[in-house]
Amino acid sequence: MHRFASLLTGRGAKLVLLALALAFPLFAKSEYQVYVMASAFIWAIAVYGLNIITGYCGQLNLAHGGFFAIGAYTLAILTADHGWNFWPAFVAAALVSAAVGALVGIVSLRLREHFFAIFTLCVGFIIYLLIDKWEELTHGAIGIRGIAAPDGFGLVDFSQTVPFYYLALLFLVLAIWFAGRLASSLLGRTFMAIRNGDALAQSLGIDLMRNKLLAFVLSTTYAGIAGGLYASMIRFIGPEEANPNHTFDMITYLLVGGFGTLFGPLVGTVGVVWITQSLQFLEDYRMIIFGPLIVVLVIFMPRGVIGTFLGWKLRKDTAAARANDPRATTKVTPGSEVNNNA
Amino acid sequence: MNLLFQQVLNGLTLGSIYGLVALGLTLVYGILHIPNFAHGALYMVGAFASYFFMTDLGLHYWIAMLLSGVVVAALAVLSERLVFHPLRNAPPIHDKIAAIGILLFLEAVVQMLWGSDFRRMASPYAGILNFDGLIIPEQRLLIIVGAFTLMFALHLFLRKTMLGSTIIAMAQSREGAFLVGIDANRVAMLTFAISGMLAAFAATLYAPINLVYPAMGHLVIMKAFVIIVLGGMGSIPGAIIGAMILGFAESFGGFYLSSDYKDIIAFSLLVVILSFRPTGLFAKGAH
Repeated sequence: MHRFASLLTGRGAKLVLLALALAFPLFAKSEYQVYVMASAFIWAIAVYGLNIITGYCGQLNLAHGGFFAIGAYTLAILTADHGWNFWPAFVAAALVSAAVGALVGIVSLRLREHFFAIFTLCVGFIIYLLIDKWEELTHGAIGIRGIAAPDGFGLVDFSQTVPFYYLALLFLVLAIWFAGRLASSLLGRTFMAIRNGDALAQSLGIDLMRNKLLAFVLSTTYAGIAGGLYASMIRFIGPEEANPNHTFDMITYLLVGGFGTLFGPLVGTVGVVWITQSLQFLEDYRMIIFGPLIVVLVIFMPRGVIGTFLGWKLRKDTAAARANDPRATTKVTPGSEVNNNA
Repeated sequence: MNLLFQQVLNGLTLGSIYGLVALGLTLVYGILHIPNFAHGALYMVGAFASYFFMTDLGLHYWIAMLLSGVVVAALAVLSERLVFHPLRNAPPIHDKIAAIGILLFLEAVVQMLWGSDFRRMASPYAGILNFDGLIIPEQRLLIIVGAFTLMFALHLFLRKTMLGSTIIAMAQSREGAFLVGIDANRVAMLTFAISGMLAAFAATLYAPINLVYPAMGHLVIMKAFVIIVLGGMGSIPGAIIGAMILGFAESFGGFYLSSDYKDIIAFSLLVVILSFRPTGLFAKGAH
């Protein structure tokens, strides 16, 4: 069991996972399943963003869905209303989300804990209200049609489901790769230091504001990228994309997978999306199950699937190291518990 | 003159409702330091409970309001026992997420039972009073008088009774309260019960001039948060003053600026305040 666990955290497991993802369209039962998987990947990208600010840096951002919607609307407005090509509009979507994120961050990140959560909750709602009411720009409740699919330059047709699936996968892999580099870098460790205690972090000479702002802007950029991809996948968006419930969904995904872990966002998002699919008869009532699930997870398994697994493995590793050499102090440093190389 | 008076009346009405909701929120925050995101869902359940008692059981408005207060108070106590109590030593981020879980659950249950349609609640006080040209709908008058009565009753309860004083004591100093033998569990349950009851009363008072639907709590809870940030988290007079400021800002802003964007006024107010005072306007060692 323990050996199997080591395999799971090794490098090979990632390659197997990637191979599975690449092969998925081949053994999917229908195009619809590929479509669901592609949308799960897109949500996962956004959840990776949430993980940076909330998981690594410890600031509960309740406006994440709003930044997702900003990305989606930027792409939609530029391609459908102004006739831009997908790619420049896509870059613009990421940049606009980042810029709005920087603006919101400058104000909100001065606030601590509850104030930050309340403030971002309100920001999420302002974004929703603005999208709903600002009809000249967003077409209000009518929504935007005719959003461009990604341009394949005549080589690939991304308006088809399967090519789009691979595009989403590519961005997801990039997102995970970047998140992995970030988590193991000094910057990532700085974020975690802030999460573990901002006063202590500050006493180590960490500039709280600069680092939190950086984490926030990174996370909103992720959200913008995911939003842009989402808009070009479903080709029609309305104010509902900015509904604060999307933020709550993303928090659920992250909680199930594990805050502050590298593969938590992926496992949580893909897992919950498929569970939701299989519970489709519940549709709007799925929260009757997920609401209590959130509460139960937070109480009994606050570190999620991946976090709990890593904690278990760490204890096993420690025990094994002790058994081999009784005098040795543990080979695993306490920090590696959150140093997510799963 | 009459137009101005209508705006004042409107501001008072809004301020009264927001005040009742914000009071519950600020009491809970004062005791447990939890921003209870589920409070808006309690408000919404309160409206639906009253609606159920009135239309399905045919009870009178006042009895329905009382019963709904009891139901929601029980729900609030249950949420404290089952969710917030086990999480009392967890990192603060956990309470907030758990509160969101409760919120999603309650909304889904209500939506399953009643659907997401907008419903109208009848009130026995649908008439209009006319004081020499000044027009006052009865329900609005009821809201204002009712809310101020409740606030005054709460004030008496907190200041003049032993039970109420335990809440104040606990908000002032947890350790101090323990030292004099106050039972933290009892105070926490009591506080949640009061906050739930106030939310249900507010919802039942406001529902006849508004609509009843599962998402009705969203805006109200966020405004209540704005209010308690404005008034200082945990401060009781702050919550009432903040509610009045917001009620008037919305009523006059909606009338003189733009009614489409009137809901944004509250949030812009919050953004402005927190930009200058990161811990709120009147925050001064209240807890």
